[in-house]
Amino acid sequence: MRPVIPYVVAALLFGLGVYGVLRRRNAVLVLMSVELMLNAVNLLLVTANTAPLATATGRAVPAPVAPQPSPAAETAAALPFTGQAFTLFVIVIAAAEVGVGLAIVLQLFRLRGTVVVDDVRLDGHTPDTGPQAIVAAPPVAPAPDGPTTRGAGT
Amino acid sequence: MTAADVLMLALGAVAVGSGVLVVTTRHLVRAGLYLVVTLAAVAGLFLVLTAELVAWVQLLIYVGAVVVLLLFAVMLTRAPIGAADDLDRPGWPGALIGGGTGLGLAALLVDAYRWSTVELPEPGTAERLGTELFSSWVLPFEVLSVLLLSALVGAIAISVRIPGRDR
Repeated sequence: MRPVIPYVVAALLFGLGVYGVLRRRNAVLVLMSVELMLNAVNLLLVTANTAPLATATGRAVPAPVAPQPSPAAETAAALPFTGQAFTLFVIVIAAAEVGVGLAIVLQLFRLRGTVVVDDVRLDGHTPDTGPQAIVAAPPVAPAPDGPTTRGAGT
Repeated sequence: MTAADVLMLALGAVAVGSGVLVVTTRHLVRAGLYLVVTLAAVAGLFLVLTAELVAWVQLLIYVGAVVVLLLFAVMLTRAPIGAADDLDRPGWPGALIGGGTGLGLAALLVDAYRWSTVELPEPGTAERLGTELFSSWVLPFEVLSVLLLSALVGAIAISVRIPGRDR
């Protein structure tokens, strides 16, 4: 098994993801490109689990000079499926990310009527008045000194 | 070139080719469907790399759940049907940075591994990987469950429509 093949595939997929994030204007397509990047990292982790750099025969790995192995080396030798475990973790994080990201995209579409990320003006946003009470609050007297018409924005 | 190499070359070509189509197609729905092809090819690469459980998890979560979520988002955001011309912004900075990143990483990894061969390890079945997860990685596992729960609550809190708060 030649590990350079999946490594190069992972690198190219990551480059495609970067290109897609920079090129696409639609927020859903940007999320798809982010998924491409996450998958490239997953592929990299799984390949590194199979073929770590120490096993590559092209390069001589310097022999450990310490007579007894360090505890770190023992720990590394005792965990055989670290890359695959991290891949599972990354998949879970990607699922959480896409859930929250799509909620944000849908809310953006509901507020602005578009998901084109170029049209989102970050400085043109009217500030939110914060969370408001859902239950019917007793009518408060208008603030005596405020010229605001928005009734004591709690 | 062993059979595993040929399989990985074919699956990698499929993954990269449909990845190119994901980031260049002008049909929004087709981008999602090409993404399915890419993710399935990557799952096949996982299988060749003996990561058996990861491959099935990839199929279940990515191809099953994430792509369905993305297609739901495409439908809910009143996406254009058919080819759309306004999906892209001018391409050369993205091509420069993306191509530079991809080719640079590829050159780095090719330089590190040259054309060396490794032996395939024992397959990462559910039993072995589960033993590893629940013995060495219990704390990250539990933290991730909390993260998943908070992401769920956050997604609901973002997208819930409170009566009387419509803007």
